[in-house]
Amino acid sequence: MAVNVEDNPYRAQSAEIIDIKQETDVEYTFRLAANMDLNCGQFLEVSIPGFGEAPISVSDFGTDWLELTIRRVGDLTDKIHELGIGDKLYLRGPYGNGFSLEEFKHRNLIIAAGGTGLAPVRSVINYFYDHPTEVNDFELLMGFKDPDSLLFERDIDRWKEKLEVLITVDQTCGVWGECVGLITEHIPKVNLSDVENTEVIVVGPPLMMKHTIKEFKKLNVPDDKIWVSYERKMHCGLGKCGHCKIEDNYVCVDGPVYNYAEIKDLKD
Amino acid sequence: MGYRLSKHDFSELLHKLQEDNKVYGPTCKEKKGTFSANDLVVYDQVADLNDLELTTKTKFSPKEIIFPIRQTMFYFTEDQQQIPQVDEESIIIFLRPCDRNAVKRLDEIFLENGPEEDIYYQRLRDKVKFFVLECTTGFDSCFCVTMDSNRVEPEEYTAFLRFEEDELECEVTDPDLEHLIQELGSEIEFNPQFKEEDETEVNLPPKEEITNDLFEHQLWTDYTRRCIACGRCNTACPTCSCFTVKDIVYEENSNCGERQRMWAGCHIDGFTEMAGGHNFRDEYGDRMRYKTMHKIYDFNERFGFDMCVGCGRCDDICPEYISFSNCINKLNQIIEEGE
Ligand SMILES: Cc1cc2nc3c(=O)[nH]c(=O)nc-3n(C[C@H](O)[C@H](O)[C@H](O)COP(=O)(O)OP(=O)(O)OC[C@H]3O[C@@H](n4cnc5c(N)ncnc54)[C@H](O)[C@@H]3O)c2cc1C
Ligand code: SF4
Ligand code: SF4
Ligand code: FES
Repeated sequence: MAVNVEDNPYRAQSAEIIDIKQETDVEYTFRLAANMDLNCGQFLEVSIPGFGEAPISVSDFGTDWLELTIRRVGDLTDKIHELGIGDKLYLRGPYGNGFSLEEFKHRNLIIAAGGTGLAPVRSVINYFYDHPTEVNDFELLMGFKDPDSLLFERDIDRWKEKLEVLITVDQTCGVWGECVGLITEHIPKVNLSDVENTEVIVVGPPLMMKHTIKEFKKLNVPDDKIWVSYERKMHCGLGKCGHCKIEDNYVCVDGPVYNYAEIKDLKD
Repeated sequence: MGYRLSKHDFSELLHKLQEDNKVYGPTCKEKKGTFSANDLVVYDQVADLNDLELTTKTKFSPKEIIFPIRQTMFYFTEDQQQIPQVDEESIIIFLRPCDRNAVKRLDEIFLENGPEEDIYYQRLRDKVKFFVLECTTGFDSCFCVTMDSNRVEPEEYTAFLRFEEDELECEVTDPDLEHLIQELGSEIEFNPQFKEEDETEVNLPPKEEITNDLFEHQLWTDYTRRCIACGRCNTACPTCSCFTVKDIVYEENSNCGERQRMWAGCHIDGFTEMAGGHNFRDEYGDRMRYKTMHKIYDFNERFGFDMCVGCGRCDDICPEYISFSNCINKLNQIIEEGE
C-alpha cells in the first residue's frame, strides 16, 4: 500500500496572527486564528519556512484561537518577533500530554511558576479563574528576575481579583510593590495545612524547579502531589528524533507534564 | 522452500531483478579506506554478484538506505510546501542477521513510537525486500549472540542465502521470486544456520540490577578523558536513529529552500542544547553512559528488547579505541562486585 505523503505528521498548517501583545522586551504573546483540540500544557511545533521550527507551549486557547508566548532567543524566535498582525505562522501539533485538570478539581491547588515557565500553566490558571467553584483553595506564586520581566500583567490584575497571588522578583527594586527574593523564600508562606488534599504544580527553568521542589518537600508535600512540565531540546514532537529522551522517556510524547513521583529518579 | 543454483544463474537473476529493484549490498571500494592503501567496505548499489563483498564487515550499516544521512522533508516557496517524491522502484538489501535485526529497532522508533508513523521512513521501508546472508562465524568484534540478534525468522526475509564455492543455496519466502528461482535451480532441503557463539565475550548485566547508582560511577569519568565526542560510534551504529531538523535557504532566492533532516548523535556537542545554552550531558563520559544505557537498558524497558544488536561497528570505528563491548563488561563487573 502506498504511503500518502499528504497525510504527513511533519506537515504544518498556516495560521494567521490576529493579535500581538508585548509582554517584555524579549517576550511577545501572539494570538493566532486556529481551531485545535487542545489540553492545557500541550505544545506545538511552530515554524517559518527558512527559519526553522521550535516547540512552543500553548499559553492559552479558546474555540477558534490560541496564544503563544514567545521569547526571542535565536533564528526562528527572532524572526517571529518581526511579524505583525495578518502575517502567518506555521503550526503542527498539538503534542505532549498536557495537564489533566481532573487531578486538580475540588482540591487545593498551588502553582509555583518561574519566568517563561508560566506559559504552559497560564491556561490552567485561566480555567480555574473562570470556574472558581471547581477548585477549593488556589494559590499562585510567580517568580521573575526583575520587574521588567513580568509576564501577563493584564492577566495577573484579573487573577488577583479572585485568586491568591504572590509575585516575587529576584532583585530589589525601588518603586515596585511586590515581594523581593527568590520564589523559594516565599514557599513557607503558602497554606499547606491540608497536604493530603493539595496538589502542587512547579514550572520554570531547571534550577528553579529543582530548588522549589526541595522547598515543598521540606514542607512534607509528597512526591505524587507535585506536578512539573519539562523542557528538552526537541526536533520532532513525535517520538522519533531522540533529542528529548530521558532514560526510557520521550518528553515530547510521555510529557512534558509529569507527576514528580514518576520522574524524580531520572537523571538527564 | 530451498533451492540450489549456480552463482552464474544467480547473477543472471540479479540482473533481472534490477529491472524493478534497486539492489544494495556490501561492496568494496578499493584504496578508499582511512589510510589510502586500505579498502573501504561499505553499502552501495550492486550491479553484479561480483560486486558483493562477502568476507569483510561493512564499516557502516545499511540503515542509510531507508534512513538517509540527509533527507529533504519539504521544498518550500513563499506559500507552498512540496514533499519530494521517491523512486518507484523497490529496494533489495543484502544484509546479515544482525543488520536485519537492527532494522527491527528502527521500525520500532519510526513506525511504533509516538502518536504517528514517520512517513519518510515508512515509504522507503515499505519498498524493501531483505536478502539475508547466512553468517555463522561473524567477525572479531561481533557479539550478536549475546544480544539475541543472531537469528532471523522467515517472515523477516524474502530470501536467505548461503554462498558456497561456485554455487549458492537459499530459502525463498516470496512466491514471485520463487517462481524465478524454480526455473534456474533445483529444490533442496534448506535450513538456515546461525552463529551460535561470540568470539568476543560480552556479559550483559541483568536488567533488574541496573540502578541509577551506577550513573555516578567512576567508570564514566574515564570516558570523559578518552572520548573526543566525534560521534562516529553513532553514525556507524545500525540502530542509532536520532536526527536534527534544519531549514536551508537557497542563495539565489531566500524565499525558497528546503526543510531537511540529518543524522544526529548523542555523543556530539549540541545534542541536548537548549535556549540559553543549557546542556544536559556536558561531560563526554555522561554521553557514553547515556548511550550505553539506551542500547542495553532503556530501549528494552520501553520496547521489550535490547537496542544494540552487537554488530561491533562502534568498536571498530572509534578513533580512541573505546570498546563498547568492553564497557558493557566493565559495567557488569561493577554490578557483580557490588561496588
Ligand atoms: C515543550 C517545550 C515548550 C516550550 N515552550 C516555549 C514557550 O512557550 N515560549 C518560548 O519562548 N519558548 C518555549 N520553548 C523553548 C523554545 O523551543 C526555544 O527557545 C526555541 O527552540 C528556540 O528556537 P530559535 O530558532 O529561535 O533558536 P535557535 O537559533 O535555534 O537557538 C537558540 C538556542 O535555543 C536552543 N534550541 C534550538 N532548538 C531548540 C529546541 N527545539 N528546543 C529547545 N531548545 C532549542 C539552541 O540550542 C540555542 O541554545 C519550549 C521548549 C519546549 C521543549
Ligand atoms: S551499539 Fe555498537 S555494537 Fe551495538 S548495534 Fe550499535 S554499533 Fe553495533
Ligand atoms: S567513536 Fe569513540 S571517541 Fe568518537 S564519540 Fe564514539 S566513543 Fe567517543
Ligand atoms: S522531540 Fe523528537 S523524540 Fe521527542
